[in-house]
Amino acid sequence: MGNNIKKLLKNKFAVIGLTIIFLLIFVAVFASVISPYTPSEQNLSERLLKPSMEHFFGTDDLGRDIFTRMIYGSRISLIVGFISVLIILIIGTFLGIVSGFYGGKIDYVIMRFTDIVLCFPIFFLILLIIAFLEPNIYNVMIVIGFTSWPGLARLVRAEVLSLKEREFILVAKMMALSNIKIFTVHILPNIISPLMVYSSLAIGGAILTESSLSFLGLGVQPPMPSWGQILTSGKDYIYIAWWLSIFPGIAILLTVLSFNLVGEAIRDVFDPKEDHIE
Amino acid sequence: MYYLIKRIISSIPILFGITIITFFIMHLTPGKPTDLMTDMNIKVTAEAKERLQRLYGLDKPIYVQYIDWVKRLVFFDFGNSFRDARPAKNKILERLPATILLNFVSLFFICLIAIPLGIYSAIKKDSVIDKGITIFLFISFSIPSFWLALVFMILFGVQLGCLPISGLYSFDFNNMTILMKLLDISKHLILPVAVSVITSLAILSRYTRSGMLEVLKQDYIKTAYAKGLTEKQVIIKHALKNALLPMITIIGLSIPGLIGGSFIFETIFSYPGIGRLGYEAVMARDYPVVMGIATLTAILTLLGNIIADISYTYADPRIKYK
Repeated sequence: MGNNIKKLLKNKFAVIGLTIIFLLIFVAVFASVISPYTPSEQNLSERLLKPSMEHFFGTDDLGRDIFTRMIYGSRISLIVGFISVLIILIIGTFLGIVSGFYGGKIDYVIMRFTDIVLCFPIFFLILLIIAFLEPNIYNVMIVIGFTSWPGLARLVRAEVLSLKEREFILVAKMMALSNIKIFTVHILPNIISPLMVYSSLAIGGAILTESSLSFLGLGVQPPMPSWGQILTSGKDYIYIAWWLSIFPGIAILLTVLSFNLVGEAIRDVFDPKEDHIE
Repeated sequence: MYYLIKRIISSIPILFGITIITFFIMHLTPGKPTDLMTDMNIKVTAEAKERLQRLYGLDKPIYVQYIDWVKRLVFFDFGNSFRDARPAKNKILERLPATILLNFVSLFFICLIAIPLGIYSAIKKDSVIDKGITIFLFISFSIPSFWLALVFMILFGVQLGCLPISGLYSFDFNNMTILMKLLDISKHLILPVAVSVITSLAILSRYTRSGMLEVLKQDYIKTAYAKGLTEKQVIIKHALKNALLPMITIIGLSIPGLIGGSFIFETIFSYPGIGRLGYEAVMARDYPVVMGIATLTAILTLLGNIIADISYTYADPRIKYK
């Protein structure tokens, strides 16, 4: 493990990605200390100001400081990213292990269910469930989590299928260890690296989905500031205030890129043969 | 042939599952679709509400509603839109060509750009160019598509003012000659297609690269080099064909992603396709239209997968399905 971390830190892209992620976590935690204003402080005499020394990224249509709102927005992106992926991990890993380990009818049912979910354009599915439930940050996390696990379930199932035939699992079975023990002690530690790769890429994906939803007005609701939501007002003012649209987008891009770079770097370290984005 | 029949039969339960999921998502969510018509109107009595619900069959037990719905679905009858009482089928069908056009043109350009990038990357593995392409693909994979759309709108629509940023036709479209019409549509397509292509390049390109790398390791490639063929000959005649075969499946699998993307940028570009129709229907809780679009896109995806699978088996004799 220590050796692998060393290898990871030799990868330039991983270091860049990790630096940005840690910086972002720092910003999110200390948002109230860093930000020059408060996120919902309106000042109608300072509407739509260009970026300047007082307002690094300008102000929005209600005179709120964009820089401040973006700092607070990082909280939303990170929380949604981590919690959604936690849900994906729990569902996907569970279904994948059960499907691969038991095989037979259970496997058939779970895999057909996975196929069905994969047939839907996932973004539309998320969009309409959230719209009908009621758009808010909790539903965003829950719905992303509950709709995005099929890829992981397939991945874990394939890993388990190949592990199942290995001697240590066969021995464990012969020793009549309980299935739960086999899952947690023998299978889980052996699929930890594909899980880490998948999580990192999925966090990027979840952040993208959240920002798209918020942009369409179906994600995080005002007054909570989220990057996607700042971009919504950006669209209303594309003719006069480009700064509303540019900076939050760059923040999303850098964040998602960082998680993708780290995920790819972990893949390189643990499994140097493979190389593709999934 | 046997495989074909088997593949179709095995997708029947999936088809069934698609209808069940769509139906239950729609009906287990709180709020009746008729609420939208009645909530704003304080004069509506409880009795009138009930009458309205009976009109749409919402008072029947849920499984009866489901069976009714599936029965009509066989004839592609999704019911009438709650908004303007027109059949949902017609509303969807008249928007479908625009979406197919957009996705077809996008897919064409994605293949045209992504595959050569992947091949080039593989041939020049670990070179500066390979690394450059990789970085570019990572960035394009991480860009929020709606943001790229905004940036393009600001850049080309507002600052440079050279491209239209919404719709598919200009106002005076009806008075144009055919050539002008084609030009007009192409101009409107440039930005949506550009956004779609840039944000979808990465997956196909990376798969091409790794497929190509895999093929280049094979013995028959070494043999071809040993025969004294040039690199160009080896790659075009021997490697390319084998590396590109799996792409059929990848392209088939990318269809739901493309359609999913349409919901975002069709809305931004006010593009008259099913993506925007879907978004508007969701916002208005227009159940028949939403259910129609969800079912239709899922079935299209299923069909795309089947076609991809089948053409793959025909194209590659090494693949044998049981």
